[in-house]
Amino acid sequence: MSAGIDSITAAATTPRGYGPMRRKEDARFLRGKGHYLDDIRLPGMLHGAILRSPYAHAWITAIDTSAAEAHPKVHAVITGETLAGLGLAWMPTLSHDVQAVLATDKVRFQGQEVAFVVAEDRYAARDALGLIDVEYEPLTPVVDARKSLDPDAPLIRDDITGRTDNHIFDWEAGDAAATDEVFARADVVSSCDMVYPRTHPAPMETCGSIASMDPVTGKLTVYTTTQAPHAHRTVYALVAGLPEHKIQIISPDIGGGFGNKVGIYPGYVCAVVGSIVTGAPVKWVEDRSENLMSTSFARDYHMHGEIAATKDGTILGVRVKVLADHGAFNGTAQPSKMPAGLFHVFTGSYDLQAAHCAVTGVYTNKAPGGVAYACSFRITEAVYLIERLVDVLATDQGWDPAELRMNNLIRAEQFPYTTATGWEYDSGDYPQTLRLALQMVGYEELRREQAARRAAFERGEASELMGIGLSFFTEAVGAGPRKHMDILGLGMADGAELRVHPTGKAVLRLSCKSQGQGHETTFAQIVAEELGISPDDIEVVQGDTDQTPFGLGTYGSRSTPVSGAAAAVVARKVRERARIVAAAMLEVSPADLEWSKGSFHVKGDPSASKAMAEIAMAAHSDLELPEGVEGHLDATCVYNPPNLTYPCGGYVCVVDVDPGTGQVKVRRFVAVDDCGVRINPMVVEGQVHGGLADGIGMALMEVMAFDTDGNHLGASFMDYLLPTAVECPSWELGETVTPSPHHPIGAKGVGESATVGSPPAVVNAVLDAIGVRHADMPLTPAQVWRAMQGRPLRTDLAIG
Amino acid sequence: MQITVTVNGAERTVEVEPRLLLVHLLRDHLGLTGTHWGCDTSNCGTCVVWFDGTPVKSCTVLAAMADGHEVRTVEDLATADGLDPIQQAFSDHHGLQCGFCTPGMLMTGRWLLDRNPDPSEQEIREAISGQVCRCTGYQNIVRSVRAAAELSQVKGARA
Repeated sequence: MSAGIDSITAAATTPRGYGPMRRKEDARFLRGKGHYLDDIRLPGMLHGAILRSPYAHAWITAIDTSAAEAHPKVHAVITGETLAGLGLAWMPTLSHDVQAVLATDKVRFQGQEVAFVVAEDRYAARDALGLIDVEYEPLTPVVDARKSLDPDAPLIRDDITGRTDNHIFDWEAGDAAATDEVFARADVVSSCDMVYPRTHPAPMETCGSIASMDPVTGKLTVYTTTQAPHAHRTVYALVAGLPEHKIQIISPDIGGGFGNKVGIYPGYVCAVVGSIVTGAPVKWVEDRSENLMSTSFARDYHMHGEIAATKDGTILGVRVKVLADHGAFNGTAQPSKMPAGLFHVFTGSYDLQAAHCAVTGVYTNKAPGGVAYACSFRITEAVYLIERLVDVLATDQGWDPAELRMNNLIRAEQFPYTTATGWEYDSGDYPQTLRLALQMVGYEELRREQAARRAAFERGEASELMGIGLSFFTEAVGAGPRKHMDILGLGMADGAELRVHPTGKAVLRLSCKSQGQGHETTFAQIVAEELGISPDDIEVVQGDTDQTPFGLGTYGSRSTPVSGAAAAVVARKVRERARIVAAAMLEVSPADLEWSKGSFHVKGDPSASKAMAEIAMAAHSDLELPEGVEGHLDATCVYNPPNLTYPCGGYVCVVDVDPGTGQVKVRRFVAVDDCGVRINPMVVEGQVHGGLADGIGMALMEVMAFDTDGNHLGASFMDYLLPTAVECPSWELGETVTPSPHHPIGAKGVGESATVGSPPAVVNAVLDAIGVRHADMPLTPAQVWRAMQGRPLRTDLAIG
Repeated sequence: MQITVTVNGAERTVEVEPRLLLVHLLRDHLGLTGTHWGCDTSNCGTCVVWFDGTPVKSCTVLAAMADGHEVRTVEDLATADGLDPIQQAFSDHHGLQCGFCTPGMLMTGRWLLDRNPDPSEQEIREAISGQVCRCTGYQNIVRSVRAAAELSQVKGARA
């Protein structure tokens, strides 16, 4: 079943399970009563601020903190030297590298952390930064990733013994020989160089932390903006040598994450040290420039792709070389065994004979990071690559891009489908999804309009060109199976705990953490569906490591595929316990009972039934239960996903471009998503809307470029442009539903689908309008205009 | 310096540094943390409050400039009778996700509806164009403001 859907409004009454439902968390957000990190004030709390490097690459020759220390409101000034004394000057990254907490030897990117001031208020802390005198001896920075491996490139990581160059890793996937073979016999080959430039998730709330070390109990409490509280606790234990049971991480309401709040940043560690040094709680909140300059960036992939096909339009294979700019420290947050994340899902949605990619990671004098901004561990880069390549092939051969896609999509009957790079796609009906998108947008009619418009333009009767851009993406989310995926040795399984109180109300404790996705509502609906009680009667607890079971957190669209599965499984465990209790109540065998939503009844006698609330009370009463059956109504589970889930979508973007100015207007955007079963369709729709806006941003506006000195040219919202309401159209959404066969409720996750799928649709539309084969994002008016002159800019660098 | 500001209808007298920003007066001195801070450069609009009845970005207003003036924040929208129609509409139409931009959006939305009870979609988009939301792609914010207009008209007709 598939249909276009109008915007969904919350149901008038609360559903007992799946369906559109008002979000429970909205009540506090709407009243200004959310509880974000910077809203928290602890008694005696001090404020930290970080002094940062103005240089991209420089020796630190001296630091004089005496004037700052003499400031009447300053309680402590911490430098790399202070930290070195504690063994904390360097910290491990999530990619088996180390990163300077505060620089001891040299600075390696502009904005790097050099000193930390603790003062009585945030203004005084900032004042004191100006009193610290740092002497630098500037070095030549490595700004252009393509020159990072040149023999004469300055060495960035001379802190690592024996290192002589800026090379981090080489990694490959797929079968190189088989791929070369299909290319050798292909009728046509197209290739393209493309840069997915460095961008930033830029959540509206920046990152921050409040550390409070209790000197008596030795307990460290850290309130922090983290998407992964349990992973943070373990990493703190490993980094600082603190006993893990004495660390409590509390992640309060988070003002957007998008991967920006996965990693542990130097400021968090400094706040902990600040609290230990001063004996008081220390709050550190970065400002917007600090957020854009130093915390996890996204992308920065320089890709060379080739696509091989027969002359009748059958795509045979894809071959890719990638240069990955990881900045000065390799700090990407991704499954440890996969240095390029899940990039090798780049074969996309097509039935290929062979594929191969080779990825080289390099250091440059830029901030560390790389996996962020709703990218599903580099699938944004992969989808952009394949969806641009398909369009380039279509352009080169004069083929219709919709027809070329339709002819090469994996067919429904081929699932489960093993790709040329080894992924086992679980389910989908790609042609149906694409057909719906084309039908909703009126593809044929649009092509006719486009031809007429172009003819009118050439006659001088129209001032704008129009373009139609497609993308079809396959996502791979829900990381992941423990045997394949871990982060720093921590397997990617999620725990869940469910307790039904005597009166039939329940509390569900989760390891993952909402940053706006609506977990308090959606996860209550999952349990409600399984137990037949109202979602309003289920409290969802998340974000506090003392209150919740272990799990790796919310990113990579993994909450619904992993924790959502855990919630369903734990609810089913409770239901089975309830069956035993109900059988004792009705004095029948558990096997004689049937479950119909909300109650157990005796087979053939619906009048002999017990509802969940009655069962809950009985489970806590003096009711005699069978030997070996515990009382109460609770359960725990750890869900280890057997495979990833594979959402997909067919997107069509329609743009109008003014060739005189290069201005792009997005006229329409049709997005048909298949994320399997939808728990709260209203929330799903909201997730898609947000990701589509991300696509407009990345394709047309957002970039963090650097000049020759390594100066960051996108370090404020005046320079790093985000889409507003006037750049975004009214999104037109559709859906197809192919449940995941291995997921307990058939859901696949949708948090990043639209962010992953939309950028190539927008780029393809703009290039289609202006008749240019390729130009790199962002397609700003300047870039569009230059591309039309045959001189597209290299958008990642302001060089030459 | 000492300033007296009428915040949400109540006079508040506070001793402040002359350089204190209005957003920090509200958040750090008066405990009104519903108003957020997001960018420093007047680009994001999470700090929007009303200043003498007009939306301003409180990160670029000095607290001292508010001396003798009236400020209204998101905390003042709901009454004992319940949510303001615009708050209700945001809940009904999923006009918020992480909630961080929401107070600013609500204050601008309420201001727009007070001046233009029947705004078009384009008028709504322009009204909130100085504010950024990273979650919603704006569509449900626009729908929510539209729905609030309709809700207000229904309520008005009944009154």
